[in-house]
Amino acid sequence: MSILIDKNTRVVCQGITGKAGEFHSKNCIDYGTKLVAGVTPGKGGQTILDRPIFDTVEEAVKQEGANAAMIFVPPPFTADAILEAVDAGIKVVIAITEGVPVLDMVRVYDRIRDTDVHLVGPNCPGVITPGECKIGIMPGYIHKPGPVGVMSRSGTLTYEAVWQLTNLGLGQSTCVGLGGDPIVGTSFIDLFKMYQADPKTEAIMMMGEIGGSAEEEAAAYVKANVTKPVAAFIAGRTAPKGKRMGHAGAIISGGKGTAEDKLAALAAAGIEIAESPADMGAALQRAMKK
Amino acid sequence: MKIHEFQAKQLFRDAGVAVLEGVVAATPDEAAAAFSKLGGSLAVVKAQIHAGGRGKGTIKNNPAQRGVQLVRSADEAKTCAANMLGQPLVTIQTGAEGQAVRRVLVESGCDIAREWYLGIVVDRGCGLPVLMASTEGGMNIEDVAEKTPELIFKEAFHPDAGLLPYQVRKLCKKLSLSGASAKSADKFLKSLANLFVKLDCSMIEINPLVVTKAGELVALDGKVTFDDNALFRHPQLADLRDKNEEDPNELRAGEAGLSYVQLEGNIGCLVNGAGLAMSTMDIIKLHGGQPTNFLDVGGGANAEQVTEAFRILLSDKGVKAVLVNIFGGIMRCTTIATAIVAAYKQVGFNVPLVVRLEGTEVDEGRKILADSGVDIINAVGLTDAAQKVVAAAKGN
Repeated sequence: MSILIDKNTRVVCQGITGKAGEFHSKNCIDYGTKLVAGVTPGKGGQTILDRPIFDTVEEAVKQEGANAAMIFVPPPFTADAILEAVDAGIKVVIAITEGVPVLDMVRVYDRIRDTDVHLVGPNCPGVITPGECKIGIMPGYIHKPGPVGVMSRSGTLTYEAVWQLTNLGLGQSTCVGLGGDPIVGTSFIDLFKMYQADPKTEAIMMMGEIGGSAEEEAAAYVKANVTKPVAAFIAGRTAPKGKRMGHAGAIISGGKGTAEDKLAALAAAGIEIAESPADMGAALQRAMKK
Repeated sequence: MKIHEFQAKQLFRDAGVAVLEGVVAATPDEAAAAFSKLGGSLAVVKAQIHAGGRGKGTIKNNPAQRGVQLVRSADEAKTCAANMLGQPLVTIQTGAEGQAVRRVLVESGCDIAREWYLGIVVDRGCGLPVLMASTEGGMNIEDVAEKTPELIFKEAFHPDAGLLPYQVRKLCKKLSLSGASAKSADKFLKSLANLFVKLDCSMIEINPLVVTKAGELVALDGKVTFDDNALFRHPQLADLRDKNEEDPNELRAGEAGLSYVQLEGNIGCLVNGAGLAMSTMDIIKLHGGQPTNFLDVGGGANAEQVTEAFRILLSDKGVKAVLVNIFGGIMRCTTIATAIVAAYKQVGFNVPLVVRLEGTEVDEGRKILADSGVDIINAVGLTDAAQKVVAAAKGN
């Protein structure tokens, strides 16, 4: 078991004929991902990387049995690509694209909330179940199969944590990059639910950032619902309060969002805190020994 | 992208959101003429910079002059504008150096009955734009939000439906608006919500929103920022950008497609990914160093962009050492290595360079560096990188 994706996942890449789409599709295939088709409107009937290209996601689902989508299409068309995948019946949609307009994501999120669709991203590194399936841009070699569920708002910080875990001999069940945009499809709480229910996941590592209140909400959820060991790191503890314009951002979060608030909330939930970014793997190890 | 108050108010005016009459002036004489043109017995001169807190802010070399001032004659308007124009205005949002005032807005006065707060922002929590209103306007609005959140009235709306009639009625009830005032609020609030969506704003803020003695709602201030990701849909907004308000290095980085924030330390950082970039700054500070910048080269940067990143870093005379921390994913280590070699040849490194590479194509990247003969300090892992760059910046 794992969460979201495994060795049976059949992936369609939307935007496979673009430079990034092709490069990373190849890496996914090399990793062992069952990438079964690509979609680029107007290029249906051609092939790429020995896979068929379709004009629509619906055809990729019907003809190749695709059940997960990896999206590399340019930002102006990303929202449409996500909704096309959802419309075709795909339940795991992973949007890598960076730079999607926020109101586009507001509309997408409104369509998928309260459905059984799992959207990860946009502006994220993707999802990997080590040794089984990689959907995204993360370097495969830093991962190894094992018991730790990993999640983060930041891509490269996820790699950093995973690399530390692997070097300590701690493999990962599934690693998820939530994405750095204001509106993303999956929250820490969604993933805590899945990791808690997944028999293969024995401990959970979460990396948050200053701003917003997602970490505080996750801490409250963990306190009430998660029995597995959890470790956390918050990036930006030393970030200066930058030049700002207006108060609206601070008002909507009701004064929450500083690193101190987040660390206090996490510690109060019994979560082991990584004091420095070099301490993430070790913090998870401490959490497991508690 | 941020814009000035006078630009925001023009957008408000065009959208049917009530504002006062105003004229922009770039010289003291223009300010005097503006006062006469408005024709009233008083006016307000307001410094135009991309920062809030102007009313309590002061001109750096003339603390008696605030950023917003009431004037009662063309001469007073002229004197006031002369005090402000060309001078840095320091507010709680500008930092100690302040931001130079290049224009002032001369605006008619009005009979203020009440001063309120109004804002619209996309709420990460509920995933929708939210209009926030409070009768507790002014500079202390953040304290109000923290200590008495029940005094901030919020209504979330779908971008394609806008603010619905019942939501306006709810807000009017809570704000004790009725009759003609409620009718004025209906037009004002709906128009503002529509403007937010139509132009892909990331924030609109009116603080204060005033209720006049006649019961009309009027935007006395206006702050608008646009979602940079959506600017491609609104090419006309490019004209509203004021590059003078942006840090030169940040501007240069932005033009190269890099994310850069200028800080005050002496260690230059070049990192991929915002979270790792913040963490790199954290660990440098943890080991006793001070980062001079936040520089995220992002995922898709090519060798040319990364070379430009080095040029920006090395042009800062305060930089005593540079740390490159790359965990390749979409960014390949070979791209970074090639750029380091190119930058060395084109720019030359006059300070120590510590490099930590991991991730996609790391072996090939390390080989490029090893074969190039460029003088670098190799680091393995975050702690090693931080310790080495802090020592290097101290001259050890």
